[in-house]
Amino acid sequence: MNKKSVNLFLNAPYVVWAVLFIIVPLIFVAYYAFTTADGVFTFSNIATFFTSDTYMTVFWRSMLYAFWATAISLIIGYPFAYCMTKLGAPGQRMMMLLVMLPMLMNLIVRTYSWQQILERNGLINTLFSSLGLPAVQFLGNGAVIVFGMVYNYLPFMILPIYSVMSKLDNSLIEASNDLGCNVFGTMRRIIFPMSLPGILSGITMVFVPCVSTFYISRQFSDGNIKMIGDIIEDKFYRSSVPDYNIGATISLVLMVIILISLAIANKFSDDGVESGGVII
Amino acid sequence: MKTLRHVFLGAVLLLLYAPIFVMIVFSFNSANSTSIFEGFSLRWYENLFLYGGDLFDALRNTLTLALLSSVVSTVLGTVTAVGIFKMRSKYLKSTVMSVTNIPMMNPEVVTGISMMLMFVFIGRILNVANSVNFATILIAHITFCLPYVILNVLPKLKQTDEHLTEAAMDLGCSPFQAFFKAVLPSITPGIIVGFIMSFTLSLDDFVISYFTNGTYQTLPLLIYSMTRKPMKPDVYALESIMFIIILVLMILLNIIQSDDNKAKGVRK
Amino acid sequence: MKKTICAIIAAALIISLFCMTGFGSSNTEVSELRGQYSKEFAGTTLNIFNWGEYISDGAEGSLDVIGAFEKLTGIKVNYTTYESNEAMYAKLKSGSVAYDIIIPSDYMIHRMQRENMLLEVDTSKISNYDLIDKKYMSAYYDEQNKYSVPYNVGMVGLIYNTKMVQEKPTGWDVMWDERYKGQILNFDNSRDAFAIAQFLLGIDVNTTNKADWDAAAAKLMEQNPLLQGRVMDEVFNKMESGNAAIAPYYAGDYLTMADVNPDLDFIFPKEGTNIFVDAMCIPKSSQNYEAALMFINFMLEPEVALANAEFICYATPNTAVIEHEDYSLKGNPFLYPENADEIKTEYYYDLDDETRTYFESLWEKVIVN
Repeated sequence: MNKKSVNLFLNAPYVVWAVLFIIVPLIFVAYYAFTTADGVFTFSNIATFFTSDTYMTVFWRSMLYAFWATAISLIIGYPFAYCMTKLGAPGQRMMMLLVMLPMLMNLIVRTYSWQQILERNGLINTLFSSLGLPAVQFLGNGAVIVFGMVYNYLPFMILPIYSVMSKLDNSLIEASNDLGCNVFGTMRRIIFPMSLPGILSGITMVFVPCVSTFYISRQFSDGNIKMIGDIIEDKFYRSSVPDYNIGATISLVLMVIILISLAIANKFSDDGVESGGVII
Repeated sequence: MKTLRHVFLGAVLLLLYAPIFVMIVFSFNSANSTSIFEGFSLRWYENLFLYGGDLFDALRNTLTLALLSSVVSTVLGTVTAVGIFKMRSKYLKSTVMSVTNIPMMNPEVVTGISMMLMFVFIGRILNVANSVNFATILIAHITFCLPYVILNVLPKLKQTDEHLTEAAMDLGCSPFQAFFKAVLPSITPGIIVGFIMSFTLSLDDFVISYFTNGTYQTLPLLIYSMTRKPMKPDVYALESIMFIIILVLMILLNIIQSDDNKAKGVRK
Repeated sequence: MKKTICAIIAAALIISLFCMTGFGSSNTEVSELRGQYSKEFAGTTLNIFNWGEYISDGAEGSLDVIGAFEKLTGIKVNYTTYESNEAMYAKLKSGSVAYDIIIPSDYMIHRMQRENMLLEVDTSKISNYDLIDKKYMSAYYDEQNKYSVPYNVGMVGLIYNTKMVQEKPTGWDVMWDERYKGQILNFDNSRDAFAIAQFLLGIDVNTTNKADWDAAAAKLMEQNPLLQGRVMDEVFNKMESGNAAIAPYYAGDYLTMADVNPDLDFIFPKEGTNIFVDAMCIPKSSQNYEAALMFINFMLEPEVALANAEFICYATPNTAVIEHEDYSLKGNPFLYPENADEIKTEYYYDLDDETRTYFESLWEKVIVN
């Protein structure tokens, strides 16, 4: 066996798999997006999506919520990752484990559990009332959806930033200190620029699931506020007039926007993708 | 400054663990409620093991699926990682890597729907009664697990000495023997991490399963249908048990990894 | 070495997880059977698609109907659930799963039958068919009783918390009462939600006039700022725990909620309300027709139907249950109201495609804004 055929033997199964189950399904999404229910080619679905007030409202709402969730995750996640790097080696490993663990638990049970905490008669309000404070309506608004997303996707922000920061050369920081930079100067001139790839990777890893979320929004808003993911789900699984074409169109638009923003993000950080460091 | 840092870390962890903490506490509730705690009892654990047939059926389905998909994706992913590593053409390499990233980067809803659309379409053409079934959910799970295996094995391959294979072959090994004897041991930690990640991802997946399951009921899907009505604390009991098991698994994983890092430190 | 030990422990844990799945038994004993059940379909599978919590499932010692059927016939049942007629329809329409039994409501049966999605039910093979009350047969959606076998009947009403609502409401208008802002729930499905606005406005729930639907949609939008949420079965949690004060839902479910929270009360609103029949049907996709008939027959068994009626708390069309001495809900005023004639009720009819598409697009506007 020569080298070439060995290579072919190693790569062929995956290439076939990837084409069949990654590429072709996406072609189907595009197919449905650009055809009518009868299978005739059309641009009308795309036009419907961009001209409908309903869809546009939901679309911008999803973007806005995802933006806030990402921003807040960054504000919490960045210092968190920084604090992590200040711990000793066993402490850091422990922290990694603690940050990852909640992600491995059933999303649905965790969300349900939050509902029990935040309900009008939930645990927090019970605590409030025993302290003589008035009850607060936590659920049912946009802010709590953003909270739910931050809660769920914060680890996706922390882990990539941490993984970049932990590889920073300590001598650089020392050098910066020796050269007269204070803590903030070092932060601004050394740590922040060097951790930028981690930040970008974190932003994309939080923003993408946030913008397309569909379970959290329904549960936390009591069905009051629909996001783009909810509308997609409705079109396929909940409407009495299921419309795969519009559903596929919304999915396609979402996907294209995300892939474009990822491509832009990747331009800034050519490191992330292949190193694998972003994941674990 | 140090205490401030610790307080901050603790506060964020508290946020992350609040619902899990509540879950575990209420699994020991003596009342039939997930919001009012009336006293400690093992009632729901007992109830779970006595009457939790549906939950356990779903758990078995979930585990079967997770095990199959993680084994297949680990084998296929490892082979692929070696293949990608050996690729000469930069262009080809980056194309394959980009495709590999799609399932990770694409919104889960879109991945789920894209697969559902394809399976249903093919099912209609072939006139299959159940076009979405166990096979399709398995395919879907393997597909979203594969990138995690590949991306965990590749870095390990890069760390291994390029001349290792050649040396082994010079010593009389066939290419296959060289791989199994020289390369495989050094990438094993990556494979194990990839396997465990696949397993846990598959175990916990809701969105993609939701669109590709057919009648194959996994635990997240069953719980999803249960949470609409007030959930009984026996689900909390089951999830608490699973939490402990996953916790132990992760600690073991951590030990394997740290061991590996230490070994590397010595070599350097 | 350490690694090996770790790996062994990990493997042991995963195996122990598998072992855990052997637990969990349930009550699958049915002592008396009217019909004939054989094992001729043993080994085949039956795909059943039902509403959530709409069958006695063995929880806390109740009869596990599915388990009992499996034990009796050797048929493997794949049981999955849906949360609304619309969701069921969407899933069925995709053609992704060959369901053998579904339990839609009247208007949905009408529609599916018109769209040629149902098989005729051969009632001659259902020996317990004579148990069904004649009053629920030959309804508008299935005049010849060809496509459906009634399973449950019910009415929509208004559930309210007496501690949170000052005076006893009489009609749907309380759902638009500013005083209860943030404590009102509504249905998260188009047909039921529209119907409330329509009853309130005195519009026919089966209107095909677009202006009528516009008016109903406007009424619903008016309600939006007052709503706490739009829910389906989540209503149980909300009402039982006193998180919301007012919600429309099905009378049978009220009984379940009132068991937990005695502060809840229920009325049939004066403007009128929806009455419905949920019936068992066999979709065209069925791959196991004979076994499906067997299952329908089993569901009509007095003991099974009784267990279901007690578990679900909906009114039953099964005369054997109504006459059964153990039936605890006999004559229950919410299920079998004595003044039934005084309550204004309407069935939903299936509407033409154009109207349906129109009101669904209105619904989308209502829920988004």
